[in-house]
Amino acid sequence: MAAISRDEVAHLAHLSRLAVTETELDTFAGQLDVILQAVARVGEVAAADIPPTTHAVPLTNVLRDDVVVPGLTRDEALSGAPDAAEGRFRVPRILDEELEP
Amino acid sequence: MTELTRMTAAELGGLLAAGEVSAVQVARAHLDRIAEVDAQVHAFLHVDAEGALAAARAVDEARAAGAQLGPLAGVPVAVKDVITTKGIPTTAASKILQGWRPPYDATIMTRMRDAGLVMLGKTNMDEFAMGSSTEYSAYGPTYNPWDLSRIPGGSGGGSAAALAAYEAPLAIGTDTGGSIRQPGAVTGTVGAKPTYGGTSRYGLIAFSSSLDTPGPCARSVLDAALLHEIIGGHDPRDSTSIPAPVPPVVEAARRGATGDLSGVRVGLVKEFTGDGAEPGVVAAFRESVEALVKLGAEVVEVSCPHFSYALPAYYLIAPSECSSNLARFDGVRFGLRVGDDGQRSLEEVMSATRDAGFGAEVKRRIIIGAYALSTGYYEAYYGQAQKVRTLISRDFANAFTRADVLLSPTTPFVAFPLGARTADPYQMYLADLYTIPPNLYGGPAISVPCGLSEGLPVGLQVMAPTMADDRMYRVAAALESAIPQFVPPAL
Repeated sequence: MAAISRDEVAHLAHLSRLAVTETELDTFAGQLDVILQAVARVGEVAAADIPPTTHAVPLTNVLRDDVVVPGLTRDEALSGAPDAAEGRFRVPRILDEELEP
Repeated sequence: MTELTRMTAAELGGLLAAGEVSAVQVARAHLDRIAEVDAQVHAFLHVDAEGALAAARAVDEARAAGAQLGPLAGVPVAVKDVITTKGIPTTAASKILQGWRPPYDATIMTRMRDAGLVMLGKTNMDEFAMGSSTEYSAYGPTYNPWDLSRIPGGSGGGSAAALAAYEAPLAIGTDTGGSIRQPGAVTGTVGAKPTYGGTSRYGLIAFSSSLDTPGPCARSVLDAALLHEIIGGHDPRDSTSIPAPVPPVVEAARRGATGDLSGVRVGLVKEFTGDGAEPGVVAAFRESVEALVKLGAEVVEVSCPHFSYALPAYYLIAPSECSSNLARFDGVRFGLRVGDDGQRSLEEVMSATRDAGFGAEVKRRIIIGAYALSTGYYEAYYGQAQKVRTLISRDFANAFTRADVLLSPTTPFVAFPLGARTADPYQMYLADLYTIPPNLYGGPAISVPCGLSEGLPVGLQVMAPTMADDRMYRVAAALESAIPQFVPPAL
């Protein structure tokens, strides 16, 4: 049985904000199935009582002193933006239906 | 005098300190070499000749003024394009960042500039460091200087090829599952992955944050250690940075070069001594182990039963973190934006931008990650992979009670022909079979040239306990002193 279907790949691509084409879907569905079948081998390990490792370095709550240090200026922060206006990032419209007549 | 481009960084540093050459001369020699051969190798995505010469002049002026300079002041370095460089194009080999000039330097860049290193340019890589051959670069592959029809490894193939082609004496790589070590192995160069947290990730464009580790690439073990010492150490801007001094890596490399390994216990991982590796790789590995024994090392066999699950665990953990990290490429704050015609919504523009900006491997990993993290699959995939990660770390801890370092081949096969593994992405993943366990555990590992198979370089991997990076440098330098030097054919 396939680990992942073409429809699932399409759904995940949508959730990941990837406007994949039909051709890409055809290619990915097969490839991702091979990969997922292979990585599913982790399930063979008896690990029910084993704590998960999220991180190799056991540091927690790393805080710095609350001291002002120089950061990026507004112009520097905006310097790489594909579109900026009035000192802000300009984005396409966010509200959909409400704006439609 | 030997050609400047053939010298090690330590040799160049000595000549520079003695005033026998200027930093400008050294930079010019390497820029000329790049101009001569990089059309064939394609190690660089961007060459910053002007910046390199300005930095070299500054070093020469400081030296003339009597300033105290470090051992690598005036020595050139090539930097993987996943490290941010202020005002210099940084793309991570992705179309989505084409033309981006970061407004800040990565911490390791700042440290290299402060130490007087001269940055030549940015090197090619698999897009966002996802790949094992540099064929997933959006700007075309890099070619292995040993055989231009073969891959230079990946993801840091550009950095490794720049060293093997004598375009740079030092380079920076980043290692998430082997991206420093595997390119080092297949290009006959040295690549070291420091302890996770031993080098700062600030300014490293994130792929898998719990695994990504910047590190040194060089043509000698001592050179790698010298660069490691400069870039390593605590950084308050990286909350996973270890607040401890850099292990004595340079001293260890010098000690190893004396060729005495008496009292050192080297562990051979039972599970990693041949399965899936080419016969020529296994032969070179075994001969190297014998060479280490002649230097006084004691061989012990250790068992790490969960290592065979490292590859599947990695290819769940890394894509999961990637799918989260790469959400920042939304066409709003930096890089590409596609389809913003005043009619399309933010979501449509975002989706179009990401589809146009990311290559196939990046998309595959984002989708796998989204799958492994989704409700219903999380426990079976991501959660289980993290438990396996714990077991792999325990395997290391047990092994290091019996051995000071562990040895394996760096990669199961020598450089393969371009195109040989791109059709089946999982075949590409197998290149990382031996390099992944240290990333999951967090400990350091180095690849050092150990022989040839069918005329192509083979690497030996030395793995050490967390924050015992010095041990791997000692053993690697000892091996380097005991075997002949392998030089690629002239380009």
